[in-house]
Amino acid sequence: MDKTEDIRKDKERWVKDCLGKKPVKEAKSVSGFDLDVVYTPADLNDFDYKRDLGFPGEYPYTRGVYGPMYRRNLWTMRQYAGFGTAEETNERFNYLLKVGNTGLSVAFDLATQMGYDSDDPMVEEEVGRVGVAVDTVKDMETIFAGMPLDKITTSFTINGCAPIILAMYVVVAEKQGVPLEKVGGTLQNDILKEYMARGTWLYPPEPSLRLTTDIIEFCTKNLPRFNPISICGGHLRGAGANPVQEGAYSLSNAITYVERAVERGLDVDSFAPRLSFLLASREEFFEEIAKMRAVRRLWAKIMKERFGAKDPRSMMLRVFAVGGGGIDLTKEQPETNIVRASIGTLGVILGGAQAVMTCPYDEAYAIPTEESERLALRTQQIIAHESGVTKVVDPLGGSYYIEALTNRIEEEMKKMMADVEKRGGMVKLIESGYVQGEILKGAYEEEKKLISGEKAKVGVNMFRVEEEERDFELHQLSPETFTNQLAKLKAVKEERDDKKVKASLDRLRSALKGTENTIPYVMDVVRAYGTLGEITALMKDVFGKFREPSVV
Amino acid sequence: MGKREIPIRVLVAKPGLDGHDRGAKVVVRALRDAGMEVIYTGLHQSVDQVVATAIQEDVDVIGLSILNGVHIPISKKIIMKLKEKGVEDRLITVGGVIPTKEDEEELKRIGVHGVFPTSTPFDVIVGFIESNVHAR
Repeated sequence: MDKTEDIRKDKERWVKDCLGKKPVKEAKSVSGFDLDVVYTPADLNDFDYKRDLGFPGEYPYTRGVYGPMYRRNLWTMRQYAGFGTAEETNERFNYLLKVGNTGLSVAFDLATQMGYDSDDPMVEEEVGRVGVAVDTVKDMETIFAGMPLDKITTSFTINGCAPIILAMYVVVAEKQGVPLEKVGGTLQNDILKEYMARGTWLYPPEPSLRLTTDIIEFCTKNLPRFNPISICGGHLRGAGANPVQEGAYSLSNAITYVERAVERGLDVDSFAPRLSFLLASREEFFEEIAKMRAVRRLWAKIMKERFGAKDPRSMMLRVFAVGGGGIDLTKEQPETNIVRASIGTLGVILGGAQAVMTCPYDEAYAIPTEESERLALRTQQIIAHESGVTKVVDPLGGSYYIEALTNRIEEEMKKMMADVEKRGGMVKLIESGYVQGEILKGAYEEEKKLISGEKAKVGVNMFRVEEEERDFELHQLSPETFTNQLAKLKAVKEERDDKKVKASLDRLRSALKGTENTIPYVMDVVRAYGTLGEITALMKDVFGKFREPSVV
Repeated sequence: MGKREIPIRVLVAKPGLDGHDRGAKVVVRALRDAGMEVIYTGLHQSVDQVVATAIQEDVDVIGLSILNGVHIPISKKIIMKLKEKGVEDRLITVGGVIPTKEDEEELKRIGVHGVFPTSTPFDVIVGFIESNVHAR
């Protein structure tokens, strides 16, 4: 009998001895499969160290995409911020950099995310509310005033309006005199997940994907240090996807983007090294870590085997990770969210993230204050500098449980991705509402479990306290934001040359109707001080509307 | 009081630009499981669209789902628009991120009947709708 077989037999004996008379409760992973009470080498099947793990920085990157990982460079601490006017946001960014943020991440208000100018009657209540208001390139210039774009990197949570925000950022770089090959940053630009969660889509999937591909092509040719897309699983998770669905659906979306770029004529190794990902770590510590390892390994295989990538960087899945999902934060006993976010943050770091955002504890109430943002950042700094977890790469690698989970999650993701392809691929499944329905099932089940108590939530369905409403400081929208923003927009419109704007919009219209890359045309409108709303209205006119499928 | 013969009709609406629809969709399912007829507007609805759908579908209840901080101004606009159209007898509820008791009270003052902040159990929402629609 070989050693593994011997351990397997002995485990069966142990289970009988230990649990036979007094069984324990069954436990399931969040993704729905059963968990053993203990894991052994016999649970790793034909584990092959060099094939399955290898060394950090080497294929299949299970242990991390960079060799020495945090021993050489810490992850980028990138708190998400933005509110009010560009001036207010510039001030908050300066504060965050002062207290130790090492990268920026811009939150736009919903008007900007949805392509409306601040003077549109549809959006009065939204201006500057959940993010910064951006109408013209002037606003973008102000956000980054005093920040040389070759010295900092910025992440933009923008999807439907990604072409416009990219164009504005590039024009700001030009105005600052920064050569484009030195501009770094990340555009979210993951429109497919917007139909599945988050909802800031503007046009039907096909024309939207054309814009996504325009961006990838433009950045590949002009902005070699810029990530043109961040393929997001984290938002799917917040909408109700389990970790397997988070990984499988986001990788299926990624495959769609790669296929489109290759169809456009781009060599896979010319753009794949700049694809980035966003994953979240919610409540289940080990499963989230295993998920990050499994997603990394599976992506490396997909890029090498399916797309024939040759450049190792094309196979590296780099992750911007969110510690603690917004959906997990509780209004009840809000300080408990600090603990939740700490566990989530530790999870994404043990999972090998390249950039991290930690959820501020007051986000169940409103967008964060300066103080709660600082505390979230401090959480990362404590993990980075005090906890010692940065000293050794992939410290959980080799744990029987973690490796068994990593294998299982990879297998389950592969099955789900094969099913997606069999059903016709992500675009089709989004148009029909199938994936939205699958995610909703998870959300409904989760809510029912929270109500029944089957899923624990401290302070909500257990250990509740009847407390007086706490008087703690919440972020408030300044009453002047709206009027200030309107005044700025009015001034720009008065100063600009309307004929120039109209001519540039006309040229953009022809480009949208043709097959040329549209980004240079968007940049021309931006340079002429055309607004975000004017460009979006034109695109809506050319591309038409998306009819949301009924999934409820 | 026994149940009405006809099922209660509910409009679940997402007014404004907020794309967070997990809560709205989950509540749609819960209300349907409780035997109600539920119409869901989908995302990005203007005030006029919500009001028009409510009238066209002749619902007993209008449930607004708002998570982006605009609950007070948007609810106010919808209630005013309903009044303009002569519709004053519908049960109006708001769910989502309602940060403070003060906001809850303000919503009730402007004419919202039921306020359900995040993590409100389904049976509380169902119970409120059933008893209040039946009382009308």
